[in-house]
Amino acid sequence: MNSSLVLAIVTFVYGFSAVLYISSAVFKKDGPAALGSRVAWIAVFGNVLGFILRWIESYKIGYGHIPLSNLYESLVFFALSIAVVCLALEWKYATRYINTVAMPLAFLTMAYASLKAKAGGGEIQPLIPALKSNWLTVHVITCFLGYAGFAVAFGISVLYLGKRFFGVDGKDRSDRGDFELLDELTQQTVMFGFLFLSLGIITGSVWANSAWGSYWSWDPKETWSLITWFVYAIFLHLRYVRGWDGTKIAVVSIIGFIAVMITYFGVNYLPGGLHSYGKV
Amino acid sequence: MSETANNGTVFDRIWAFFASVKLSVVVLVLLALTSVLGTLIPQNQTAMYYHQNYGEALIRIFELFQLFDMYHSWWFRFLIMILAMNITICSLERLPRVLSIVRKKPALDAEKFRRHKNRVDLTMEGPAAGQRDRITAIISKKFGKTSVVDTETGFAVFSERGRATRLGVYVVHLSILALILGSLVGSLFGYEGFVNIPEGETVDRIKLRNSDTTVPLGFQVRCDDFDVSHYDNGAPKEYRSDLVIIEDGQATVKKRIVVNDPLRHKGVNFFQSSFGTIPGQNLTLSFTSKASGMSYEKKIKADQPVELEEGLGTFVLQGYLPSYPFMGQDLGESYVGTISVNGKEPEEVILPLHFAKFDKMRKGAVSVEIVNFDSSHYTGLQVTKDPGVYLVYAGFILMIAGCYIAFFMAHQNLCVEVVKTGDHSCAVMVSGSANKNRMGMGMIVKKIASHIGNA
Repeated sequence: MNSSLVLAIVTFVYGFSAVLYISSAVFKKDGPAALGSRVAWIAVFGNVLGFILRWIESYKIGYGHIPLSNLYESLVFFALSIAVVCLALEWKYATRYINTVAMPLAFLTMAYASLKAKAGGGEIQPLIPALKSNWLTVHVITCFLGYAGFAVAFGISVLYLGKRFFGVDGKDRSDRGDFELLDELTQQTVMFGFLFLSLGIITGSVWANSAWGSYWSWDPKETWSLITWFVYAIFLHLRYVRGWDGTKIAVVSIIGFIAVMITYFGVNYLPGGLHSYGKV
Repeated sequence: MSETANNGTVFDRIWAFFASVKLSVVVLVLLALTSVLGTLIPQNQTAMYYHQNYGEALIRIFELFQLFDMYHSWWFRFLIMILAMNITICSLERLPRVLSIVRKKPALDAEKFRRHKNRVDLTMEGPAAGQRDRITAIISKKFGKTSVVDTETGFAVFSERGRATRLGVYVVHLSILALILGSLVGSLFGYEGFVNIPEGETVDRIKLRNSDTTVPLGFQVRCDDFDVSHYDNGAPKEYRSDLVIIEDGQATVKKRIVVNDPLRHKGVNFFQSSFGTIPGQNLTLSFTSKASGMSYEKKIKADQPVELEEGLGTFVLQGYLPSYPFMGQDLGESYVGTISVNGKEPEEVILPLHFAKFDKMRKGAVSVEIVNFDSSHYTGLQVTKDPGVYLVYAGFILMIAGCYIAFFMAHQNLCVEVVKTGDHSCAVMVSGSANKNRMGMGMIVKKIASHIGNA
């Protein structure tokens, strides 16, 4: 049993879970999502298992590093983070339909990772000297928890707009108003993402300062993470101070997630930068 | 606020301008949008790079707006300054009101709580007075410190927590000011440069990045050894340099640095950043006499004269040059030596590494050729000094603490009012309010109501 096989299977499990969540919305029944949620737990378990196996394998090869060092590995961790944030929200707010869009994002992420693996990006590689630091672990984990918070916020915002304008619906057993709940959860997940994005930028800064003596160097990925931070800072001010909600705030959340995607993927197409190991 | 501003003094108007959250949003949008430009136009490249990639007109426009180093341009700094003033004045404008709330004791008034949305009503059996200790105990355990007030119809239990968390957002604002100030201190009193030190050599100055200026360190640095190791697949595994700090002729600090583990001394940081090889000072040269055709090899050390055979003079190796201009051409890396025949002016001998037979062209009595030479490494160090970094780190800590307080803690008020409805029954209202995350407060109210209800 190796990590590649486990993670390939996990992709399908996430896929199955995504189908169930979407079925709930399409057929307006709570049953499929309830099953989908259990399936997602299994996928998360497999995802963690694959992660640990890959870690062990890297030690067996003799490279010995946590699997957070290239695009494939980051996607595997990103999928895990999204699914965990989704399940945590379900557990806290006792409702499943909020993840109709967000949970399938975990599947899409894993599917993309599988494509990368097929194209040869799944090999375990040695760490380049610049990445050999304990800061790697804490920097990548905080960044991706931040990204995951924003991804789930994006999913909830899309669901909000879908409900508002296209009548997409799931059966909500909670006695709270659906729109109010989605609106509130968009804000909650954005705040979670913002805290972790800040932590991610800060740990990256401290690492950069300890590794090459400069905590900020306007590298494209750094700059885009700051742009993302600006967008969500705007979100928070519009929300708290100017009282934006509903459709308007959902749109800002979606714009924020576009910035996240550029920070994650788009930057690799721009010239230069210290984060070149993330090449697509 | 804006209505009074128009009638006020100039100062009032300026204050009102900077106290607006609209301005914050506009400045943040501008910062986000303009920051994109710097990621599309590569920053701080050579003039040649820009000429290869952009037309003349575009270059002139970009230069006008300092887009080739836009994050240090006047207008970007101006935007950041506006943001700093905006944050400061916004916070000063709102802080007194928030502080007065934080200082004020809450009014223990059940009437106010009856209007809240987060409210659960229960009816319970048994006399109202019997519930008093139980409800107080539940709230103390599940929520916080309680105050009990007797009413005409029963009693009310109040509890409050997190009043000071209202200040969280100002902690975040303070953190951003610390970051901006820290970066300002860094750019005024710090520097970023580099230095290459050959093994065994000592330096006391470094060169600034993107400039020709050198800066004295205030002490000396020697590189005793440099080494690079590789993985089996040939990828570099580790670069390391053994550095020694020398002050007043004494070696005071020794450290082996690798990437991610620098040497820090008196606020100056030395980071392993690159390496290279340079030819050393030990050579084997071959000499050929023009007259006799005799050819022989000799080992040469810098500055140590070597007698040539047949009394054709003395050879001295003067040193190594990374480039040698010769009749408008660059010969590249070259050793330079002299041959002096007693009494006469010494004749210069150029030994380019890439043109072995070059010295034949001199048509001297002896022609010289390099047989081999030793080479040694030099270590490439990034050298930085940034006295603002402590402020920046303080800002980091404040930001995380502030964000956590602002996002995940709230000022919450709880009231449980028990009203006697008969000798053996009473009505209980559980109601709560919070300055944010009202849905979360609603869940707390429900939880406490269910604890009270489970008699």
